[in-house]
Amino acid sequence: MATETLNAQDHAMPTLLSNPNSVLRRLLAVIRELLGNPSSGFGLIVISILLLTALVAPLIAPYDPNVVNLGNVLQPPNAAHWFGTDELGRDIMSRIIYGTRISLTIITIVSVIVGPVGLLVGTTAGYFGGWYDTVMMRITDIFLSFPSLILSLAFVAALGAGLENAIIAIGLTAWPPIARLARAETLTFRNADYISASRMQGASSLRIIIKSIVPMCMPSVLVRITLSMATVILTAAGLGFLGLGAQPPLPEWGAMIATGRRYMLDNWWLVAFPGGAILIVSLAFNLLGDGLRDALDPKQH
Amino acid sequence: MKSESFTAFGRQAGTIFVTLVGLLILTFCIGRMMPVDPVRAIIGEEADQATYQMVAERIGANLPIYQQFFRYVSDLLHGDFGTSIRTGQPVINDILHVMPATIELATFAILFGAGLGIPLGILAAVKRNKPIDHVIRFLTLIGHSMPIFWTGMIGLIIFYAVLDLVGGGGRMSDFYIGLVPETTGFLLIDSLIAGDWEVFWDAVNHLLLPASILGYSSMAYITRMTRSFMLDQLNQEYITTARVKGLSKNRTIWHHAFANIRVQLVTIVALAYGSLLEGAVLIETVFSWPGFGQYITNNMLIGDMNAVMTCVLLVGIIFIALNLLSDALYKIFDPRTR
Repeated sequence: MATETLNAQDHAMPTLLSNPNSVLRRLLAVIRELLGNPSSGFGLIVISILLLTALVAPLIAPYDPNVVNLGNVLQPPNAAHWFGTDELGRDIMSRIIYGTRISLTIITIVSVIVGPVGLLVGTTAGYFGGWYDTVMMRITDIFLSFPSLILSLAFVAALGAGLENAIIAIGLTAWPPIARLARAETLTFRNADYISASRMQGASSLRIIIKSIVPMCMPSVLVRITLSMATVILTAAGLGFLGLGAQPPLPEWGAMIATGRRYMLDNWWLVAFPGGAILIVSLAFNLLGDGLRDALDPKQH
Repeated sequence: MKSESFTAFGRQAGTIFVTLVGLLILTFCIGRMMPVDPVRAIIGEEADQATYQMVAERIGANLPIYQQFFRYVSDLLHGDFGTSIRTGQPVINDILHVMPATIELATFAILFGAGLGIPLGILAAVKRNKPIDHVIRFLTLIGHSMPIFWTGMIGLIIFYAVLDLVGGGGRMSDFYIGLVPETTGFLLIDSLIAGDWEVFWDAVNHLLLPASILGYSSMAYITRMTRSFMLDQLNQEYITTARVKGLSKNRTIWHHAFANIRVQLVTIVALAYGSLLEGAVLIETVFSWPGFGQYITNNMLIGDMNAVMTCVLLVGIIFIALNLLSDALYKIFDPRTR
């Protein structure tokens, strides 16, 4: 009898994960709330458009992004080329459309690295405490004592320029804030009753962390990752612009601005449109992150 | 009481020491990961095997990795930061030479950022959820989300190419370069010392655009923080008491709420000043500004190992120092933390 009550308490905590049906219902509720607010709605819609564009890029791009047409260089925006053409006669709009694939790749890989690593470091440090916690937090502090762009720059300089290395470098610099957050969250419910209950039932530390602590950290970690994607987009573009990230002729937005820079004083569209794309996507992630915080975690507002 | 603060001091010193050691390990790893052979970088591609051995021995490139690390640390402790492969000068001299340009840029940027950011943040908090609050929040959001190098270029296109209001790239127009003797390295001060007003105004003209764009990004941060600090205060009961007592709205805001957030604001501005280094890397490239940011990027692009390691170490130390400074400011000005 007693174990049954304990069991019930144990399960009382992660209800949001226990039933796939309720997960779906909650997801729909969150989306509805996000769309109900104009600013987070804008964020959600822009990011959905970004996803769709990346998916069907070949279908909607009016031209091939890499075809050089020297008879048609540096055309200002017109009916045939809405965003104009660049110094090699390539259609800028098509390049921006294909560029969404690169941005999306960067975002996906970085969050796949950063989320689990940050969660693992943060939850274990918070749960075990002691010297392990001290060591882990000192390491995070060292990473946090750099502005992220400069640290990524240093890693790329060490690894060599290129898109893959830029992604690795950004991943290396983006996990510490998440680890910090996950640790702080873990500390608040490390001594909660349901944790003691599952420990008394003989659950291993690993099981407690994965089954009882990680799900509780998820909402705030998701918010944090969404917000940091805004920074990741800017850092990746900055690396591309400095010539250390994606290399031309890849249609990465920062690299497009870097090559357009030589012609910009007479041909504004070469830099204006790719930069505008970066601004809109980064803005969308900031708005979506703020909206998610209100929807998932009302107490933090 | 005394011994307690002594232990706290000891713990603090220990933390700083560990962080510094970690920082050294990090820069050392970055230096060793770089795809540059330090020996080849000194002797060139053509040198024979015997010279290679000799130089490798002299700089310690054939020692085990941990001994190389100790050697690196001991060189640093003796004030030797290595020689730049590109310029042949000690790295530290190079850095001291480019620093004034960046400090000049960052100081004007922070004056702009704090000068606008703090009043705007207070205004937004006082007029919470009114139209003006929404406008200010939108402006700060744009400042957070814009790629700063792009804003710099758009600024150049509009204010330099089209309107011709400001100077283009560089710290001054080409025909003025070398006219003013370099005493401090700060161009504005040097031109004033030399009494050359023409150069002074030309330098101001070149500084205006990069400093205000860099300042806009820190304004976004300062405004956001000021607004939230101010809201915290305005929601407290002592503010209501002051108003009920009959104090004017202005007096409540400035003498009570603002007085309580001054310390927080100072620390925020100090941290924002440091973060300008990050924006400076990009803005200096756009504006061909011969400062620290451009020095870092150029050396990274050509793989000048000693220069990169020292720059990264320096940035780390600046940030650790700023964080300590902001902690110390809290302790000095906020009696509750004593």
